[in-house]
Amino acid sequence: MSVGTPIDRIEGRLKVTGGADYASDRILDGMLYGVPVGSTIAAGRVLRVDAEAALAVPGVVAVFDHHSFGTLHSHSKSSLATGIVDEHRAPLSSDDVQYYGQYVALVIAHTLESATEGAALVRVTYAPGAVHNAPITPDEGERNVGSHRGDPDKAFAASAIKVDQTYRTPVETHNPIELHATVAWWEGDTVTLFETSQAVVNHQRVLAQMLGVSLDKVRVITRYLGSGFGGKLWPWPQSPLAAQAARKLGQPVKIVVTREQMFMNVGHRPQTVQRVRVSAEADGRLTSLQHDYTNHTNMLDDYDENCGEATTYFYSVPNLRLTSGLAKRNVGSPTSMRGPGAVPGLYATESALDELAVALNMDPLALRLRNVPQRDEGLDIPFTSCHVAECYELGAKKFGWEQRTAAVGSMRRDGMILGWGMAGCSWIAERLDCEVRVELSHDGARVFCATQDIGTGTYTMLAQIASDALNIPVRHITVSLGDTSLPPGPMSGGSMATASVIPPTIDACKDALRKRERAPAQDVVVGYGRSNRTFGNDSPEKSSHSFGAHFIEVTWQPEIARLRVRRVVSVIDGGTIINPKTARNQIEGAIVFGVGMALFEETRYDPQTAAPLNRNFADYVVTSNADHPAMDVTFLDYPDYDLNPLGARGVGEIGLAGVAPAITSAVYHATGVRVRDLPVSIEDLIS
Amino acid sequence: MRRFTMTRAGDVDEALRATQSAPSQYCAGGTTLIDLMRQDVERPERVVAINRLPLTTIQSTADNGLVIGALATNSDVAHHPKVRSDYRLLSEAILSGATTQIRNMATTGGNLLQRTRCIYFRDPHSACNKRDPGSGCPAIDGFNRNLAVLGASEHCIATNPSDQNVALMALGATIEVRGVSSSRTIPIDQFFLLPGATPDIETSLEPGELIVAVTLPPMPGWRSHYLKLRDRQSYEFALASAAVAVRLDGSTIADARIALGGVGTIPWHAPQAQSALIGKAASREVFRKAADIALRDARPQSENGFKIELAKRCLVQALIEVTA
Repeated sequence: MSVGTPIDRIEGRLKVTGGADYASDRILDGMLYGVPVGSTIAAGRVLRVDAEAALAVPGVVAVFDHHSFGTLHSHSKSSLATGIVDEHRAPLSSDDVQYYGQYVALVIAHTLESATEGAALVRVTYAPGAVHNAPITPDEGERNVGSHRGDPDKAFAASAIKVDQTYRTPVETHNPIELHATVAWWEGDTVTLFETSQAVVNHQRVLAQMLGVSLDKVRVITRYLGSGFGGKLWPWPQSPLAAQAARKLGQPVKIVVTREQMFMNVGHRPQTVQRVRVSAEADGRLTSLQHDYTNHTNMLDDYDENCGEATTYFYSVPNLRLTSGLAKRNVGSPTSMRGPGAVPGLYATESALDELAVALNMDPLALRLRNVPQRDEGLDIPFTSCHVAECYELGAKKFGWEQRTAAVGSMRRDGMILGWGMAGCSWIAERLDCEVRVELSHDGARVFCATQDIGTGTYTMLAQIASDALNIPVRHITVSLGDTSLPPGPMSGGSMATASVIPPTIDACKDALRKRERAPAQDVVVGYGRSNRTFGNDSPEKSSHSFGAHFIEVTWQPEIARLRVRRVVSVIDGGTIINPKTARNQIEGAIVFGVGMALFEETRYDPQTAAPLNRNFADYVVTSNADHPAMDVTFLDYPDYDLNPLGARGVGEIGLAGVAPAITSAVYHATGVRVRDLPVSIEDLIS
Repeated sequence: MRRFTMTRAGDVDEALRATQSAPSQYCAGGTTLIDLMRQDVERPERVVAINRLPLTTIQSTADNGLVIGALATNSDVAHHPKVRSDYRLLSEAILSGATTQIRNMATTGGNLLQRTRCIYFRDPHSACNKRDPGSGCPAIDGFNRNLAVLGASEHCIATNPSDQNVALMALGATIEVRGVSSSRTIPIDQFFLLPGATPDIETSLEPGELIVAVTLPPMPGWRSHYLKLRDRQSYEFALASAAVAVRLDGSTIADARIALGGVGTIPWHAPQAQSALIGKAASREVFRKAADIALRDARPQSENGFKIELAKRCLVQALIEVTA
């Protein structure tokens, strides 16, 4: 059996030796380089684009603006079937500017250097408009009731023990090391795009619409991805820009988005403000929970962060209401960032639970255990598999939680104050449509699917699944992914890819083995498998989720105002683990991500211009290697056979949920300071 | 980045002559200049590459001080045996900054001329009195968490970001400078200029002058330390730092040198805080008093008031550690 064994990534050697060809590595004959010019206002109109100086730069071929770029079609409505995009409007399609950095011109040249110099010389004249940039408020926007049960107002009013607090999370910018990039070229009426995409099939759908061509005229290829974190799920404007420029000029065009542009043009996690009201009996049983959130979105699109994703089912509580609203601002479109919704949402609700534990004078672990749900009370259906209580209990045991003393600042080691905090976590477990083809020859097998490996181990995991299904060693299996010419596969998002590819891969392998039986001498037999999505089902019979718990130790040195996360114990109920090595890598990476969310990351916007200010790696602080805590990750490994025949769920996002509230609860335990506005900063703690 | 010409100088005189005919910039390790050219902040017509000039030597002086060639890399200085033994604060300061890769490229002279990390300075589309005199200072009332509480003016509140320079300030280093027909020595406390009404003029270097060496005085019997505080553990500019050197007579402080980083528009020498220590027995109370004196003239901006207390704690802790 290969499934369940911690084998190395099968493409690992290619990656560490530079042999893996990432999108921006592509250099084609006659290729031109595009550098977009970003708006220096956040709202208003472009009056004039003066390209004279740019065109005088040797090597510059063309400068396009909204007059000269030709027709690109805006995307009408996002859906799985029609393709999803967060910035629906096509780039360079109007003079209307809605965010700072919005592309207002595109310089094309024979070299990147000439295009860059040309872009700096384009003179754009604007008619600035009023900038909508005010801080968002919890009751802003038309309120949408996402879920409602019982009478939360009455229960809250009647309760003696309650918490009513507002929590804020800032804009966070995805910062995968690989920059977004597109290399586009046309052969006749067919365009091929080397892309940085977490969803090549979706990318094909969107680009076909924007370019006004049929689906079979667009091929999208992402062999390898230098991570995406959700920022590369949906197409961003550089992709249609490159494709349209290549069409107009008849030559391949490459556009690589700069690090600075990644803070403006390719999405971000929106800021959220979340009011949580929670009440309990004296024994800790919850009597009501109200979660009212608002997130910002851009002026033209309606991105809902879905902060209540986990709220409705994560606690057993009879009275509940979830409401949401959107606040329109002059920013680029937000998008999914690792664990969208549940991650900021659980920061708010789990923080409120920690505050409730203080109000109850109760251990926060005991409070969680008191309110573990037995079924999904939001949908009133059973869980397929839920072992969150075991996550809490095992995590507490491994961490040594019973030695915790409750009083603030009461624990010390090596002259430092210790803070211990904990929180629970959950994430959806669903499948998407997926087709797989398996070609079985006498010396091995090839597996084909147009899903993609975004760095998480999908190549390896597919090889392991096929290895078991075909009874062939992994080394005799090759896997081809990331190309829309292959059978359509799922996006690598929502932690759904693994669960989605399992049924059709097993079916395709079985199909190939049946055909082999009938034609033992044939060189190659081909098997097909196909499975349909569970995601989007309006009336599911069961509720499928991953669960987990984090226990976190921080140290606090008030004499130098130094806070560090030292130790994290995480227990994850993620179904069957296909590859414990790549799965552990996902959880550890997510914990590090969570340290950044809790302590460092915040994209700051200028209050006047609405420009993102700290748009570089010196001023946007992410977790460094030196900040990594010691991490102890355990998987419970209970198969979820309702989801697929191996019982596997995805584990890409679950590890991030719950980290930030566990850290802020540890910070409170160490310092007595309750931070409700992330990230926790030195100025919050110094007094 | 704009088009530019590059010439490579074979010796110091050639480098000095090369800057006479066009707006030029010397480029040593390039770790500041190239970044700023790519940001379109620096737009030199000519870059004079000086990284092959024979200015990399680090050697003792006759009086047992140390002379460091301007092109000695930050890594070479930080790991030099005499720097590690006699000027520990300098080694610690350099190693607390940037990354190994950057320190392998960055030079002693280049680090002296490191430009501020103020994000408005580094954005060519923003107003900035340092980059574009008279255009205004949006950092005041803007994003100023990492900017100065000491030495600011109504025209500029940008911080000097260097760690090395704070250590050199504490040591009382001197800067050896060559011009086309002259050479001179600039004491470090006359090298950096407060922004005043001319924040675009950052040092007392004349146009075309080239730093050729930095000289450290002998420090027999001194102990020293550099402590840097920031949000994360590594690869971040200081929110506050303290470079301290003391000479102890028993538990009494016979002499002291103090400079602060991350809080001043220039590497911030604190002579009055030094005086407050001399002749006193080492104690937390004495250190705190000195720290209060060092920050007495501090003026908070809208976001960075916490740095006043942070710098005090940093200085106190550095003194505790160096006198322990």
